[in-house]
Amino acid sequence: MTIRMASRRRAAALAATGASLALILTACADTGDGGDGGGGDGGGEAASFEIDCAPYEEFGDLEGTSVSVYTTIVEPESVTQTASYEPFEECTGVTVEYEASREMEAQLPVRVQAGNPPDIAILPQPGLLNTLVTQYDAVLPAPEQVEANVDEFWSEDWKEYGTVDGTFYAAPLGSNVKSYVWYSPSMFEEAGYEVPETWDDMMALTEEIAASGAIPWCAGVESGDATGWPGTDWIEDVVLRTAGPEVYDQWYTHEIPFNDPQIVDAFDTAGEILKNPDYVNGGLGGVDSIATAPWTDAGFPILEGSCWMHRAANFYQTQWPEGTEVAPDGDVYAFYLPSQSTDERPTLVAGEFIGAFTDRPEVQAFQTYLSSSDWANAKAAATPAGGWVSANNGLDPELLATEFDRLSAEILADPATVARFDASDLMPSEVGTGSFWAGITEWFASDASSQEVTDDIENSWPTN
Amino acid sequence: MDWLLNAGDDPAHKFLLMIIAIVLFVAVMALILFVVDKPRNPSKWFIAGGFVGPALLLLAAGLLYPAIGTIVNSFQRRNSSEFVGFDNYARAFSDPAFLLVLGNTALWVLVAPALATFIGLVYAVVVDHSRFEKFAKALVFLPMAISMVGASIIWRFVYEYKPDQPGIEQTGLLNQLIVWLGGSPVQFLLERPGNTFLLMVVLIWIQTGFSMTLLSASIRAIPTDIVEAARLDGLSGFGMFWRITIPSIRPALVVVLTTIAMTTLKVFDIVRTMTAGRYGTSVVANEFYEQSFRQNNAGLGAALAVLLFIIVIPVIIYNVRQMRLAEEVR
Repeated sequence: MTIRMASRRRAAALAATGASLALILTACADTGDGGDGGGGDGGGEAASFEIDCAPYEEFGDLEGTSVSVYTTIVEPESVTQTASYEPFEECTGVTVEYEASREMEAQLPVRVQAGNPPDIAILPQPGLLNTLVTQYDAVLPAPEQVEANVDEFWSEDWKEYGTVDGTFYAAPLGSNVKSYVWYSPSMFEEAGYEVPETWDDMMALTEEIAASGAIPWCAGVESGDATGWPGTDWIEDVVLRTAGPEVYDQWYTHEIPFNDPQIVDAFDTAGEILKNPDYVNGGLGGVDSIATAPWTDAGFPILEGSCWMHRAANFYQTQWPEGTEVAPDGDVYAFYLPSQSTDERPTLVAGEFIGAFTDRPEVQAFQTYLSSSDWANAKAAATPAGGWVSANNGLDPELLATEFDRLSAEILADPATVARFDASDLMPSEVGTGSFWAGITEWFASDASSQEVTDDIENSWPTN
Repeated sequence: MDWLLNAGDDPAHKFLLMIIAIVLFVAVMALILFVVDKPRNPSKWFIAGGFVGPALLLLAAGLLYPAIGTIVNSFQRRNSSEFVGFDNYARAFSDPAFLLVLGNTALWVLVAPALATFIGLVYAVVVDHSRFEKFAKALVFLPMAISMVGASIIWRFVYEYKPDQPGIEQTGLLNQLIVWLGGSPVQFLLERPGNTFLLMVVLIWIQTGFSMTLLSASIRAIPTDIVEAARLDGLSGFGMFWRITIPSIRPALVVVLTTIAMTTLKVFDIVRTMTAGRYGTSVVANEFYEQSFRQNNAGLGAALAVLLFIIVIPVIIYNVRQMRLAEEVR
């Protein structure tokens, strides 16, 4: 699951429910935010960002109309999100009504069934798009302007993720790069360790650190009712490296069974790190503590020096405690999770998609804006603290706020990168957000074997 | 129309809408009363209909209609597009994952109400007429005021685990006690089947106050002549408790037990907050939510809801009967 937006779910849930009164107040405040049409004063930076208004003229006079957006992107990310809509609002006079909820993924199908869908939903995973199309027949195919934009600015692969049964529905919005290992540059330098270039180098480094008496890795997959997703990312990354992209494609499309020997092999390869008590779980406990450690804090032991490496996506950047410097010479930085050799760079990616439920001109105009490079650049300009990147090839890397974001953009744009979308987001929801999450949690929690876990998941694959 | 339906975030507008709604409600009620009062010699049925009718109408729309809808859904495919007969129920009773869920629910219903009632009863008897009675009762009653989610978060901290590694301090109360006693910290929420019982502790912690209050009141209501007669016959202590107190408060005991059993069947907040149903702790109510809203499997979700409904019916019937009995005794 690609929930950068859900990232603060646990922490916020704790805080909000600590006093139920506070929860009610928060809920009221949330709707209040949605009402005023996208944070009028929040984004001074974006307002100064100029775009070309011409593409939206063909939709006619849109002055005074409004478009409702429903999303999982809550505060603080919502501030930069709404700020990035301002150039469009200034061009067209359309008001964007922004509504964010952590329960959006559960509530959206309910609203669709009740005949009360938003105009536009920011779908955090293609699996949800698939459900909405195949089960509820609710999402409208993308208008031609959007398709033209996507053809121009995005690769075939990305367009494919927004396509269901040959019809293109949803343009990609932001992108995440998941194949990162976070580490402390200063700790590495003091100990004389080099950033590993291949998987074997990385295993050798792991052994070296373990031999010195330290625990090299830390990991955590607890994420409320989405517990398990960071573990599935680990497995997916390893499948890409041990079995290769072709097998990966066959795997999530179920051309090969989930318990295919190559997949079991990938589980075991990941297990060489994640299920070895000498290698995990620095600062957090034993192997089983991976199941209970909240993913939001699982990398923090690096800051305390009790862990050396933590595999997590680029959006983990925003998780570090305030004051942590993310830079090649700072407190923490990330290196690309290496593959078997240096000339292939399989990369696990994820992202959000724009689904439309109505086809009024202002809605289509807004869809067109969101799929353009203008939006990507406006968003980059509106995000001064960083932590956001897109595979939109019209994105100007210079506008990205941090060196790390530019590294992510570079990886996404690199022709040597073989990008594959997060498989659990593409699998049927029974598996992708059900048995795969549950299985990987069991794999850590009760020391279930790779064979047992993959057998169970294979049995849960829907037959119809 | 839009002005009536969308208040936006203008407080004045919201208040105005609230006042309009209240006025409308009063107007409709007044109209009903007026109509009922109009005929000279209204029949009993006319008056009853006038008073009960609106409530029945709302019940039908708000309870009966969705209940029937859910039952129909439970025989349909995941998106309610076609009928599949008993497939959803077959899966709920054959898939090992769901059997575990059903087993856990049975465990909850058997253990949690019994323990909560028992502890509440013993506590009520022990503190009865003691010097600290009021304070002691308030102490046990306090958790009742905490929401299930709030209580779960509190207990999550109690069970919190930190590793036994140099430089790391425990933050969980229980594990800190264990460390002080020289043990090593335990992953409480991972160890099955113990973890399910640890979740029950939260419910018992909340519900004991409820059972203690009700049982204490009905112990007080035992007629003194019975107690004195028993005492003259030489009963005291445990004999008194077993032969006089228990039989006298039996109806109240059953009501308390069944009421807590119903709460237990619906337990969802505790499981979702503490483990999200992982580590083999899921129960029917949690799995119903998971299937319906997380995995968009409306058919299976509805089947689980219907199962819960069927299980809870006998408990409700028994509960209502005992309540009537208790009233007759009075």
